[in-house]
Amino acid sequence: MNGMNRRQFFKVTAAMLSGSSMAALGLAPEAALAEVRQYKLARMTETRNTCPYCSVGCGILMYGLGDGAKNVKTTIVHIEGDADHPVNRGTLCPKGASLIDFIHSPNRLKQPQYRAPGSDKWQTISWDEALDRIAALMKADRDANFVEKTAEGKTVNRWLTTGMLAASASSNETAYLTHKIVRSLGMLAFDNQARV
Amino acid sequence: MTNHWVDIKNADIILIMGGNAAEAHPCGFKWVTEAKAHRGAKLIVVDPRFTRSASVADVYAPIRTGTDIVFLGGVIRYLLEKDQIQHEYVRNYTDLSFIVREDFSFENGLFSGYDAEKRRYDKSSWDYERGEDGYVKTDPTLQHPRCVYQLMKQHYARYTPETVERVCGTPQAKFLQICEMLASTAPANRVATILYALGWAQHSIGAQIIRTAAMMQLLLGNIGMPGGGINALRGHSNIQGLTDLGLMSNLLPGYLTLPNEAEQDLPQYLAARTLKPLRPNQMSYWQNYPKFFVSLMKAWWGKAATAENNWAYDYLPKLDKLYDLLQVVELMAQGKMNGYICQGFNPLAAAPNKAKVLEGLAKLKYLVVMDPLATETSEFWRNAGESNPVDPSQIQTEVFRLPTTCFAEEDGSLVNSGRWLQWHWKGAEPPGEARSDIEIMAELFLRIRERYRREGGAFPAPILDLWWPYANEANPTPEELAKEYSGKALVDLPDPKDPARIVRRAGEQLAGFAELRDDGSTACGCWIFSGSWGPTGNLMARRDNSDPTGIGQTLGWSWAWPANRRILYNRASADLQGRPFDPQRKLIYWNGKAWAGADVPDFKVDEPPDSGMGPFIMNPEGVARFFARAGMTEGPFPEHYEPFETPLGYNPLHPKTPAATSNPAARVFARDLADMGKVEEFPHVATTYRLTEHFHFWTKNVRLNAIVQPEQFVEIGEALAKELGIANGERVKVSSKRGYIKAVALVTKRIRPLTIEGRTVHHVGIPIHWGFVGIAKPGFLANTLTPSVGDGNIQTPEFKSFLVKVEKA
Repeated sequence: MNGMNRRQFFKVTAAMLSGSSMAALGLAPEAALAEVRQYKLARMTETRNTCPYCSVGCGILMYGLGDGAKNVKTTIVHIEGDADHPVNRGTLCPKGASLIDFIHSPNRLKQPQYRAPGSDKWQTISWDEALDRIAALMKADRDANFVEKTAEGKTVNRWLTTGMLAASASSNETAYLTHKIVRSLGMLAFDNQARV
Repeated sequence: MTNHWVDIKNADIILIMGGNAAEAHPCGFKWVTEAKAHRGAKLIVVDPRFTRSASVADVYAPIRTGTDIVFLGGVIRYLLEKDQIQHEYVRNYTDLSFIVREDFSFENGLFSGYDAEKRRYDKSSWDYERGEDGYVKTDPTLQHPRCVYQLMKQHYARYTPETVERVCGTPQAKFLQICEMLASTAPANRVATILYALGWAQHSIGAQIIRTAAMMQLLLGNIGMPGGGINALRGHSNIQGLTDLGLMSNLLPGYLTLPNEAEQDLPQYLAARTLKPLRPNQMSYWQNYPKFFVSLMKAWWGKAATAENNWAYDYLPKLDKLYDLLQVVELMAQGKMNGYICQGFNPLAAAPNKAKVLEGLAKLKYLVVMDPLATETSEFWRNAGESNPVDPSQIQTEVFRLPTTCFAEEDGSLVNSGRWLQWHWKGAEPPGEARSDIEIMAELFLRIRERYRREGGAFPAPILDLWWPYANEANPTPEELAKEYSGKALVDLPDPKDPARIVRRAGEQLAGFAELRDDGSTACGCWIFSGSWGPTGNLMARRDNSDPTGIGQTLGWSWAWPANRRILYNRASADLQGRPFDPQRKLIYWNGKAWAGADVPDFKVDEPPDSGMGPFIMNPEGVARFFARAGMTEGPFPEHYEPFETPLGYNPLHPKTPAATSNPAARVFARDLADMGKVEEFPHVATTYRLTEHFHFWTKNVRLNAIVQPEQFVEIGEALAKELGIANGERVKVSSKRGYIKAVALVTKRIRPLTIEGRTVHHVGIPIHWGFVGIAKPGFLANTLTPSVGDGNIQTPEFKSFLVKVEKA
């Protein structure tokens, strides 16, 4: 059901309807037809997704303007509950019903930013700068503080001076990769949002 | 959840306690409404506040926050005294008949083995007595004075209705009415369910509260039944998945555990986790631990994990203690941490004691925040006036803020509370330069790996050897990662019974964890998710909502862990002959040759029902435990201890034992203990919660939600408002030992004063949703007030019970 294309669906049904009704009236299809304004819905792509808030896991349908063509940037213009979903059966709560404003929140972050020591403002930096600098800081800290063995000679291979908190709404795939990377670095100060 | 959302419709009695599903999980709550409307179910709500869940309940009872063990222990006493228990169930499917060691004891609020100085128990006496055959001794007549049944009866004899009223403030008549309603589900064909959330978890005795509830459900024979179970309503969309995948200090994926530093070699590590049966003919499923572990190590380190190097056992870090969030904030505040990475998490708002978190963040060298939204954590250094009074020039932390995609802009799966892994699809591109968390983590890893390749450094092997088979190294696809955690064959897998026959070809996805092996021939990143992307494809993407039996079991909709099973322990829904306890709600049954029915059996599928194999296959006993053995920190039976900030100053069950006032085995740091308030200075009992219009700290960035609930408020009852001379809508200051917030007072009839131990106790309700970042009206972070102490077992902070003082602002 990935990205069922509404436009194709409407095109097909519209063509069938006009053909059959016109045939019934005895009119030839070549007769002049006035162009009526198409429904906006007809140009939208429907995508199945899951509400990212609480853990009911309500099914949602997202309607995007744009048909997936290379030069079109899709914008989500409407979200509603998925009527086929066994749990929410099309309903949404006040949070889920406002999801469209989460996607388009004015507080969405758009560029990597950096706040220097002692500064009171953000500056925009490139992804390359940000990732290089973070990688350098992490490696320097790990190299300086990695514990291979305890004083009693036990092998422990741990890194305690940098920690990480993982999300509560990231996908399983993000979580899995994050875990794999974090343990390869020997990190133990690792937690998630399960309890807060 | 042991069960799932739709299954709530099968319940006869629904208890909502320690949660408020109508407001926090509205679209799941519809199944409560369904059960009431179509099954005639009755709803009970127990809460300090008359919530919206309470407003549609058949019975509502008030309770003082933090005293749930007294209430539930009182229910257990009632059920045992009146013998309102499901006899066939408890005799065969629980440990009631097991005999406990002679040196086990409970006196003056403390169990045997307590070390007051270390605040820790030596748990060796908390165990069963073994026979000469190595198995646990039992007394099927339940007469032995040390059998679990007798010990439990004795333990809860103190939890009388009078005690409940005195400690919880719940009127006896209401309490007894609720007992009667719950007891009505003791017959085999009646079922109660429990819906709870952080209202139970966020206490220093949180895990034990939940355990008491599970014990009550076991006595009533309600675990494993359709319409039954004990159902945690998780607070975030994929916190179930993050927990399942083990993103915690001491876990590995699938509830495997990291080694402790004492476990220096692999055989020792595996032996401690490969649990042998404690009774004859039990499945004791953890006997398969080595298969799960070796397959994980193959998924992480591929060819570098070999039998010769113990499957790269040395690559795993070894624990000396737990490094949970509270421990890490403590280390930060001590200046012992240098770096911190927050991925979609806002700890400045979410961790207890904001001032301490702020101090910790300001001592870091670097902080990395990955988030779709601006958060308080990323701006902790910004002076926001009274609600964040910092001087940026004094904070030397370098901060990086990396924009990420949100749900609408990525493919992937989330695990809901019912353990369903539901795949979702990308509908739009992210704004600006935002990238997915997968891409950011991969890029960061590759840059670190490159530096280790080039420069060398501390123990580079686990980094250089990390198995990285992704087509685009810098941006693995969700499909590649899902296949990896689901698992595949690494070589052709011969049938163990007929080696000439190949069951899986090399590279083929596995159908489930039963196919995993411990010889390095399979790779699987999370054994409980095994089969979610099987040989036939991505089962998480399935969208067949048909429910052929009509009891809400849509087995073709997405995929549930484990093995697409929808109701855990479902073997216990059938009797010793394999017939469903309730023929109207048939879940699984024995058809003469195998187990079949409306769910995937939680049992050996061809094991006859009368063979003596118990339905709780993960336990080495084969049965459910009333007696937790060494599984819990505070004791094998839940006992009431007061919140660390108690309005009484003593434990009314043990008034003469100061050591037993609050959880005697909870870890509490000296600084945090000094930061606890006393009732003389902070006379009001506070509790935090969510509103239905907001989600955590996100939706203050969302316009519609910021419109419907724009401004921070606190809820106080009419009696307290009158006493303090506060009118509805006036601004108040609420202070704890750790700081203060200012907000509008909502004077309400929903909170009534309770009489506890002869004195009046007022509750104050504190919704959590505001802060100094967002498009709603700026407010104070509610955790400015909350104490930094965690549950004794898993360190869930005590947000639901602490002391404040309310006054006019």
